[in-house]
Amino acid sequence: MSTNEPVTGPALEAGPVFDPGQPYRCSPSVALRPEPFGALVYHFGTRRLSFLKTPQLVTVVSGLADHSDVHTALDAAGVDPAQRPAYLRALAGLAENGTIEERV
Amino acid sequence: MKLVDHFQYGLNSPICLTWELTYACNLACVHCLSSSGRRDPRELSTDEAKAVVDELQRMQVFYVNIGGGEPTVRPDFWELLDYAISHDVGVKFSTNGIKLDKRRAAQLAATDYVDIQISLDGATAEVNDHVRGPGSYATAIRALENLAEAGFGQPKISVVMTRQNVDQLDEFKAIADKFGAQLRITRLRPSGRGVDVWDELHPLPAQQKQLYDWLVARGEGVLTGDSFFHLSAYGQALPGLNLCGAGRVVCLIDPVGDVYACPFAIHENFLAGNVRSPGGFAGVWRDAELFADLRRPQTGGACASCSFFDSCQGGCMAAKFFTGLPLDGPDPECVRGFGEQALTARSADTTIPRSDVDHSRSAPRNSRTPKGPVPLALSVRPARDCDESPLAGIALPAGT
Repeated sequence: MSTNEPVTGPALEAGPVFDPGQPYRCSPSVALRPEPFGALVYHFGTRRLSFLKTPQLVTVVSGLADHSDVHTALDAAGVDPAQRPAYLRALAGLAENGTIEERV
Repeated sequence: MKLVDHFQYGLNSPICLTWELTYACNLACVHCLSSSGRRDPRELSTDEAKAVVDELQRMQVFYVNIGGGEPTVRPDFWELLDYAISHDVGVKFSTNGIKLDKRRAAQLAATDYVDIQISLDGATAEVNDHVRGPGSYATAIRALENLAEAGFGQPKISVVMTRQNVDQLDEFKAIADKFGAQLRITRLRPSGRGVDVWDELHPLPAQQKQLYDWLVARGEGVLTGDSFFHLSAYGQALPGLNLCGAGRVVCLIDPVGDVYACPFAIHENFLAGNVRSPGGFAGVWRDAELFADLRRPQTGGACASCSFFDSCQGGCMAAKFFTGLPLDGPDPECVRGFGEQALTARSADTTIPRSDVDHSRSAPRNSRTPKGPVPLALSVRPARDCDESPLAGIALPAGT
């Protein structure tokens, strides 16, 4: 089974710069499957499975497209300010692996 | 709660679903996990199989591992492959390569969302054909040549590790490199016909260590299907989930639509339901009592006090079951030797469970006479139309 795939976590070293001041969206190549822990993410382009490890992160990712920038999406999902740095790191990782992308 | 703990309590849909499309097979491998050979007349029809794909799409099962039997001998295999892919269900299929001629190889090279696993259980014809039958090595190599020539990107070479091929790990890697393939190695289980040959084929303790050391040193980029998690007790955990996913994140749909907890557990004790039932596959996955049991916290039984329990979780349920060991005790290949002790401690009248589903040809061309006690059927189930074995449903006295 493809559980050797990386689980979403801290941002990786290189890749496109994640700018939470910009508008983002969940990639159209990605499907989110709700699960008790959050959601399973499948990318039809890279055929990779990964995981969103909290329901709140699922809300944030699903809501990105409805907000002018990432910070607003975090506010709308009610993310605790203390948790914000961790969520931004997770989102940077998701941008890195193509789960979310900048909206133009 | 850690992600892996969530997995133990089960998911809304499986992550890793194996679907065996047919029990028919051109080969008669001695260790066949599904005792394949003859087609079952109750096999799901093309329309029924498509309905299962529709359901998998609704459940967001993003890919399936298709096997058999030999799936490509189903005349509608290519139609079902296209159907699944066009319904967002990617396909990885296992084959012995029999149908992968130049034309099919070119067709597959032009198809997205398809992965191919070619089974090869020896890096030489001698070792491979000993378990998979005469000519099977040549068939597999020809398929790999055809795929490489067609430009199919990275097929997988799938190897079941045995006593005879552990020494060939570097050679397998070389074959994979030669054909631009990825090596995948998995554990031999005493499932299906494997119950007859497990004593003879399963790696010896020193070979298990050899295998573990090889994986740690050279396992980068080698797939294992998470199947060696029982070896993690040697030290460093191997990459992967390191838990038994049966009924939690994994299950099997067999050719007649029966749903089992895991591909290595084709036995009525692990039968959860059938996709032809009113609730379909989703109903079985969500509501089967068996799956509810498997999703309850496990105690670890005799293994709970072992300092390595966290890394091996007591090992493989199917390996225990089909060697007659209790499910809450050590794996027969426990690296600390508790499994061997448990095997030795089995009493003479211990019944070794045997699957009641057997599609072996009545005279398999590659069969052997089982050594030791004749395995017993644990319980009797109505004989099936396709049961060709003269012993089907008959419990023999022990020790014969």
